[in-house]
Amino acid sequence: MTQTAAQRAAITVTVNGDERSIPAGRTLGDLLREHDLDPRMVVVERNREILRDRERFDRLTLEDGDALEIVHFVGGG
Amino acid sequence: MATTISPALDTAFTIASREFRSRLMVGTGKYASNEQMVHAIEASGAEVVTVAVRRVDLDRSKEEGVLHHLDPERYFLLANTAGCYDADEAIRYARLARAAGFNEWVKLEVIGDRETLLPDVAGLLEATRTLAAEGFVVLAYTNDDLITALRLEDAGAAAVMPLASPIGSGLGLMNPYAIRTIKHRLSVPVIVDAGVGTASDACLTMEQGVDGILMNTALAAADDPVRMAAAMRLGVDAGRLAYLAGRMPRREVAVPSSPTSGMLGE
Repeated sequence: MTQTAAQRAAITVTVNGDERSIPAGRTLGDLLREHDLDPRMVVVERNREILRDRERFDRLTLEDGDALEIVHFVGGG
Repeated sequence: MATTISPALDTAFTIASREFRSRLMVGTGKYASNEQMVHAIEASGAEVVTVAVRRVDLDRSKEEGVLHHLDPERYFLLANTAGCYDADEAIRYARLARAAGFNEWVKLEVIGDRETLLPDVAGLLEATRTLAAEGFVVLAYTNDDLITALRLEDAGAAAVMPLASPIGSGLGLMNPYAIRTIKHRLSVPVIVDAGVGTASDACLTMEQGVDGILMNTALAAADDPVRMAAAMRLGVDAGRLAYLAGRMPRREVAVPSSPTSGMLGE
C-alpha cells in the first residue's frame, strides 16, 4: 500500500474525548491491545451504546466517526 | 485487633436479600497509595467497598484501575455515580458499571451543587425509578430529609443513604433526630453515607439505630488510615451494641450507685 493509499484509508475516531486518525480496518480488540488494556478490566461504550459482549471486540471493526468511551473502576467513595 | 461482633450479640443485615455481617462499608478513593488503601480496608473489616467509574487514561500505565489492587472475589464491589449532576448522566454511569459484570448494584449519587455536593433530590428520584425498573439494586445517597427518604423507598430504592454531613467534610452527625426518624419510618435499610470524621462520630451514628455506615475520607485523610480504619470498626460495633443494649434514661439529678444505708454511725 502506498503512503497516499494509506492516508486515504485512514479514519477518524474519538476515544475518551480525543480525536485520532487510525488506519481503516482496525478492530476494537486491536485498539485495546495497542494500549495494553485487558478487555475484561474495561467497559466500552460505542456511540453511546454499551458493548456487552467482549468476545466480539476482535470482530468489531471501527468506523469513521465512531465515538468510544473506555472506562474502568477507580478509587472512589 | 478487633473481631466482628459475635452473632449472639448482633444479627446480620440484608439489602436486596444479600446478607452482610459488617456494618461498615468503605470507599477506595484518596489514599496516599494503593497499598495503604488495601491495608486500611482490611483493618476496617468491610465487606462492601465502593468504586467509581472513570475513563481509562490511555497514556498512563494500566495499574491505575482499582481492581489491580482489590480482589473482587473477596469484596463486594459497589459502584457509585459520583460526579454526576443529572439523572441521565447518573443512569449512564450506572449502566456502564453494571456492564463491568460484577453485580447490579449502584450507589446512586445525583449531585445538585458543586460547593456542598448536596444531592439533587428531584434527579435522584427520577434516576432511582428508572434504574430500579431496569433491575438495579439502588442505594440512594440523599440528604437527611425524611420525606425524600420515603419517596426514594417508594421509587424502589433497596436502601437509603442519608448523609451525616456533607461529603468529605468530617463534620460528623449533624442531625441525630433526622437520622433516627428516617430509620424509624423506613422499611428498607438505612446506611448513613458521608460526613463521619472519627470513631466517636461512627459510634454516635450507629447509636441512632441505623443499619450501617459508609465512609471514605475519614479513613483516607486520617494521619494513619489503617489505625483509623480499625478505630472505625470498633466505633461502629460499639455504637451498634449500645443501640441494641438500650441506653439508660437521662436524669437531671444524681442517683447514687452505692447503698445509702449501712453507713457508720447509723
